[in-house]
This record gives sequence, C-alpha cells and structure tokens, in this order.
Amino acid sequence: MPLKGTVHKYGANVDTDAIIPARYLNLHEPADLARHCMEDIDADFIKRVNAGDIIVADTNFGCGSSREHATVALKASGISCVIAKSFARIFFRNAINIGLPLLECEEAVDSIQAGDMLEVDLVSGKITNLSSNTTFTARPYPDFMMQVIKAGGLVEHTRKRLAGER
Amino acid sequence: MTLAEKILAAHSGNNKVSPGEFINVKTDLVLSNDITAPIAIKEFNRLGVSKVFDPQKIVMVPDHFCPNKDIQSAEQAKMIREFAHKHNLIYFEVGEMGIEHVILPEKGLVLPGEVVAGADSHTCTYGALGAFATGMGSTDIAVAMATGEIWMKVPPTIKFVFHGKPGKWVGGKDLILYTIGKIGVDGALYSAMEFAGEAVADLSMDGRFTMANMAIEAGGKAGIFYVDNKTRAYLKGRTTRKYTEYKPDSDANYASVIEYDAAEIEPQVAFPHIPSNTRPLSKVGNIPIDQVIIGSCTNGRLDDLRLAARILKGRKVNPNLRCIVIPGSQKVYLDALKQGLIETLIKAGAAVSTPTCGPCLGGYMGVLAAGERCVSTTNRNFAGRMGHIKSEIYLANPAVAAASAISGRIAGPEEVV
Repeated sequence: MPLKGTVHKYGANVDTDAIIPARYLNLHEPADLARHCMEDIDADFIKRVNAGDIIVADTNFGCGSSREHATVALKASGISCVIAKSFARIFFRNAINIGLPLLECEEAVDSIQAGDMLEVDLVSGKITNLSSNTTFTARPYPDFMMQVIKAGGLVEHTRKRLAGER
Repeated sequence: MTLAEKILAAHSGNNKVSPGEFINVKTDLVLSNDITAPIAIKEFNRLGVSKVFDPQKIVMVPDHFCPNKDIQSAEQAKMIREFAHKHNLIYFEVGEMGIEHVILPEKGLVLPGEVVAGADSHTCTYGALGAFATGMGSTDIAVAMATGEIWMKVPPTIKFVFHGKPGKWVGGKDLILYTIGKIGVDGALYSAMEFAGEAVADLSMDGRFTMANMAIEAGGKAGIFYVDNKTRAYLKGRTTRKYTEYKPDSDANYASVIEYDAAEIEPQVAFPHIPSNTRPLSKVGNIPIDQVIIGSCTNGRLDDLRLAARILKGRKVNPNLRCIVIPGSQKVYLDALKQGLIETLIKAGAAVSTPTCGPCLGGYMGVLAAGERCVSTTNRNFAGRMGHIKSEIYLANPAVAAASAISGRIAGPEEVV
C-alpha cells in the first residue's frame, strides 16, 4: 500500500540532537519522545504533523549521535517515511531496523516543496508529487535490507531467522 | 584488503570482503549505556530469547546521565543495572565507572583486530587500538546481545596520511578537526578512515583515542590506526587475552588517499554549529566566552588533564567564566590526583567533577543559558547540544581550552604561558 502525506522540508545535516534533543534522552517511550520531536529547529512541527506525513531533507540527514530515539520519535510523531539526498549511516540503520522507511533521491529533494502532497510506493521506489504532478524514482534497496523491511524490522527479521535455526 | 576489510573478513568467515558487500559479523564486544540500553533491553525482550550470547562479551556503562541527574535518569539507570545483573554482564557501577570509551580500553576490554559494536556513536574510539569499532542503534545492539552478530555493509576505506611533525600545541584533536574541516561532516560517510603517517605514529595513545573518537564527526563508520609499539606498551598489563595484529595489504584498494602536512596545521577551533566549521587559532578573532569544559570521551584522558594543568598551573581562571574539568574515568581521576594535577586545577579556580558525559550532550554539570558561549574539548557543537538552542559551542584541544579559561576569550596557549 502506498504511503501518502504532506511534506515537511528541511536542509542539510539535520542532526539527531535536532530531531530529539539530548535533554529528553531520560525518556524512552515512543509517545514521550514524539512530543519533543524537532522542537529546537521547528517548534510547530509536532502541532502541524499528521499521521502519514513525509519529511524531505537535503544531505546527511540524521547525523551525529547514535540515538535510536531520533527514529522512534519521528515514527511515533506520525512520519511515514523520510526522503533525503543522503542519510547518516547510523540513522539509516536505525530507521531500517525499526521499520521507518527511508528513500534516497536527489531530484525529488530538489523539486519537492514544503506542503506538497506525496504518494510513495516503497516496493518500486516511485515518489509521486500529487501537488505538481511529477514523479521520481528513488535508489532501490539492496536485497538484504528489503528483507528486513519486509519482515517489519530487525527484531522481526531476527526472530524469523532464529526460529529457522531451531 | 585494507585494515578494516581484513578485520571484517576474519570476523565473517570470509577470505576476502569488498566494499558494498553485506556480511554478518561476529562481535567480540557489545556495548550500551544508560540512554541507549533501555531501548535495547526492550527490543531484546521482544526477540523471544532467554539468554544473551555471551555475558562476558557484553558491557553496560551508566555514564551519560549518571550519577543520576533526575528521577527519569535514575529509572533508566535502574533498568540497565537490573538487566546487567540478571544476565551477569560486565557492568561498571558509579564508583568504578567512567565514560564508556575511556574505561573500556583502560580495562583491557578492547584489543587490536577485534570487532566492537556499541550503541553509542563514539564507539569508533577503539579504532585507536587497531580494532574495528563502530556505533549503531539500540535495536542492532539488542540483536547483537542475543546472537553475537551484526549485519554490516563492508565500507570503502579512505586513507589519511599525516606527514611531518605537528607543532608544539597541536594534538590528535587538531588533526581530526582539521580533517573534518577539509572533508566535511559527511566527507567520510559510510567509510572506514585509516590513519597513517609519521604525525599519527608520533601521537600518544591518548591522542590517537581522540582522533579515532571523532571519525563519526566526518560520517565515518570507523577510524582505525595501525598497531605499533605504543599500542603494545599500552596493552601490557591490561590483558592476558591473545590478539591479532592486522596490516593492510600493499595492494589494498582505497576509495581515496588524502595527504596532509601536519607541520602546517595550527591548533583548530570548530565554530558553531557544526564540527566542520573550523578555523586555525590565528584566525579566531576576539570571542569572549562564559564557560570552558575539559573532559569527555574525546579529551578526558590523563594526557588531556596534564596539558590543561600545565597551562593553568600558577594561573587563575578568569572570574567571568566557569571552568569545569571532568576526568574520563575513576582511574584518570586518581592518576591526576596522584600527579598533583587536580590540586593545580582546583587552585587555578576550576571545578572538578566525578566522571560523566554530563555537559557534552547538555545533560547536566555545565548546561548553557541562552546566548552563552563555551569552549569545549568535546566532540559536537550542534545548536542546543550543551543547553539552550541559542548557546554556542567552540570545539578545541585541552591547551586552547585551558588558555581560553584564563583569558576569558578564545586564546592560544602561547598567549598565557
């Protein structure tokens, strides 16, 4: 089923301290983290965001600390996927592991504006901008990652693997 | 194969691995802390396994908000203490603890050629010992605790060669800040950084830990040094375990080789709000400051405290600012005490704290107000990292930090010594 939502757009090098400030790392429940998501760089984000919404950002999204709380906060706030020119490595792993889809597509990032309505098909990587009637294709996932995504995250993927070994 | 590829091949049952390949890697040590372990524990409990793969290869360190800074931190610390005890893991309680990346090498828990997976981005610190050490998230660590394995994409390697002899006040911090300033915060994205050349061979182990520590600030997956006599001397008395010293092949394939002349590198200061925004000390200008932090997993080791004390000895911290020194571990603290460094620092007007990550991530022990500026020996200067979103962090080495503490503005050691 394709994802559909409104775009929240950001620049390059959005760090995990910006996604979830460290002062909230004494919390770990998804709903508690979501309440503070993006608050230092976009105070209204949490008021504006609706379930299914999509973040579009420039290069190196999610750089800095390894805190999985950043991906958890985004997912719990309702974000259905993040499209960027590139992602920081640990953020990328964390997102795949918890089942928050990420797509890399430079042309889409350059073209899409804040407030646009997007439709995203994860299997084909097709991004449709319903507001401007344009389409883009994101870089496909390597097979291994697609398996993790299809399983619903690394825990589910590992559970399956362990069950197979027994 | 490069150094990283050799270690990963050996840990994945392959004769050869190449960049881009997905492999399952056996881990020699799995690490987490008081803020990443709670999520790892929750995910571990969902895996449907009753035991960890090997309790003696799993470490939990309460260091970020410990000694507990508030009730929620206390709850998280309690959660990891109970899990660690239940599963008989390696665990360092307050009193024995320190910052994870300072104490693990200190206790001989990481050796050359090993693979370490840590739920903390600065896990790359152990690359100083010739290990492949990389940060990841809590779910990865949950799976690693259960299976002893992690999935990995083999990274390409970028080789950095530092020629020449660094200047008097130039240390590992300056070499790595300079590098990040040149290549950017994603200049080594997804890559292993291999550090070579006379200038890094010249660094002490403490200086190498500082450099490897900040590989992540260039987006790197690991930052690795070659094993030499300094490494071997460091390990002596810390371990009885056997280890393998890997070397890159002479025909290893590097994504690129970048060469710098260390003699040309000045002490570096990273301006707000990104570590790549570096300037040489001579181009800093007049920046008045409100606070100095000397410590962290980057610069909280004995060499760092010794350097700070050398500058502050017989001088006074400027009355308009707070200078906070945080030894990275109880051992660093005690060694500094025995050498008279702590007395020197306190007499100069610095506050000395028990080991903690504390202010580096805006936790406590030095949080900044709106408009305040801090010179810090830590690793990140993102907006809001140390407190108010309108505060500013300037990253520097311990000598510059100490000189700045005396001057009340960003200053070089030559100005005060």
